[in-house]
Amino acid sequence: MQYLLLLFADETGWHRMSSEEQTRGVAAYRAYTETLKEAGVYVGSNRLQDTNTATTVRLVDGKSQVLDGTYADTKEQLGGYFLIDAPDLDAALGWAARCPGASHGTIEVRPVWPTPGASSP
Amino acid sequence: MAHARGQFAVSDDARAAANAVARHSYGKLLAYLAADMRDVSAAEDALSEAFAAALADWPVHGCPDSPESWLMTVARRKGIDGVRRRRSGEAVSAQLQAIADMHAECTGTSEEEVFPDRRLALLFACAHPAIDVSIRAPLMLQTVLGLEAKTIACAFLVSPEAMSKRLGRAKQKIREAGIPFVIPERDAWNERLEAVLAAIYASYAEGWSEPDDADLTRRDLVEEALFLARLLAELLPQEPETLGLLAGMLYTEARRRARRNVEGEYVPFAEQDTRLWDAGMIDDAEDLLRRASAFGRIGRYQLEAALQSAHIERRRSGRSDWSPEVQLYDALYALTRSPVVALNRALAVAELNGPDAAVAIIRTLSEDKRLAEYQPYWAARAALFARAGDEREALHAYEMAIGLACDPAVRRFLQRKQEAILSQTPPSVA
Repeated sequence: MQYLLLLFADETGWHRMSSEEQTRGVAAYRAYTETLKEAGVYVGSNRLQDTNTATTVRLVDGKSQVLDGTYADTKEQLGGYFLIDAPDLDAALGWAARCPGASHGTIEVRPVWPTPGASSP
Repeated sequence: MAHARGQFAVSDDARAAANAVARHSYGKLLAYLAADMRDVSAAEDALSEAFAAALADWPVHGCPDSPESWLMTVARRKGIDGVRRRRSGEAVSAQLQAIADMHAECTGTSEEEVFPDRRLALLFACAHPAIDVSIRAPLMLQTVLGLEAKTIACAFLVSPEAMSKRLGRAKQKIREAGIPFVIPERDAWNERLEAVLAAIYASYAEGWSEPDDADLTRRDLVEEALFLARLLAELLPQEPETLGLLAGMLYTEARRRARRNVEGEYVPFAEQDTRLWDAGMIDDAEDLLRRASAFGRIGRYQLEAALQSAHIERRRSGRSDWSPEVQLYDALYALTRSPVVALNRALAVAELNGPDAAVAIIRTLSEDKRLAEYQPYWAARAALFARAGDEREALHAYEMAIGLACDPAVRRFLQRKQEAILSQTPPSVA
């Protein structure tokens, strides 16, 4: 079953880190990603650019409304995700706890809505 | 020092004492009621009703002479009334805190035993072979200590909702399958006791594996597990393995402060400042281990404790010969066939016979699927390959160990080790 691990953190934290800390932080995520791959649970992941690059779009009365900024204004921002294929929620929570993001932010674990006919390994 | 249970530092001791009384009483009362009603959930409901009644009655009419008997009488009446509202440990938990404070004022010192202690039978019921292995420890923590499902869920890293459901199912199983609240017969004794010990050890290991002191939920679990181990050693003093289990936990607990330096960084055992170890706790453990060995019945937990004792003695004395450790690991492996023991044995072999001998063992262990996501395996593998001069294998193992680490301090420690290799390695190899 696929789970999306949504990584929330205070994005200003990254900019406050020294370049050495940033390098080590990136290396920790690289190691985590490699481990997910070797365990055969990795499906995909991405890091997002800061929320000041966000734009929201929706249709109001048939007219598209485009706004600067994020949809939800929160103390911690969505900064990236991992999509994993884990046997159950316990396993997914175990992987979430190992994610470096768990120690500098919060990880929301969401099961992916099953798509009929989608092939699952 | 943060305060998990008390808001004011001054009242912490009093509060801890009150909590101890409540925990002591809660388990005793629930064990008695559950055995009586043969139904843990119904007993929890009845006890919850009794606590509610006490909170209303005691402030008005004063504390009863024997709070435990008072609670028991009311709970049994509520139980007979057939109160079957589905209350879980959640409802009890808040009451437990309030009762704890009142109870401590009532009794002051220990009150005389008014009914037999059936907690041992409750522990055996929780670790019955018909109960799923993974829920035994949570079930003990809830029934004997009155812990909330959500607290237990955090410690075992599962969702609170799932933990509640599993606890509910386990209690339903006890009721429907008619699991008895008895101390098992002699012929089934060893296996059943092993299950109780394993469940207590599991709660401790869950608390210990996440040594971040800021994480109070897990920190508390260590204390709860120690409480259970102490209780078991108290109830079964003639069983050397119960003493061995408690000794092993105390040896580990004694080193807690030394596992972090002032910057909060992880300090491996070999580099710990032995002055930070809790000498009193180590003495207690030594004493327990001596008492256990006097029975002349060796077992897994005694061997594990003996290994900790040897490690501590070696650090204190500066002994460089590792043969006692290797021999103890040999005995422990013969008994358990555990890959984790084989791994630790390899680390001791590295000290005795050099890293190449250990690397040979590690290579055979890499076949074992049970170690594939076991973080300490990769950390040990990395260190051994690094010592043996195989940088490529060491770097890969560090990568896995870092990726599997939950503890940020451990992650940083491993990253520094990995960086040290990278800085020595010619660029073409890296």
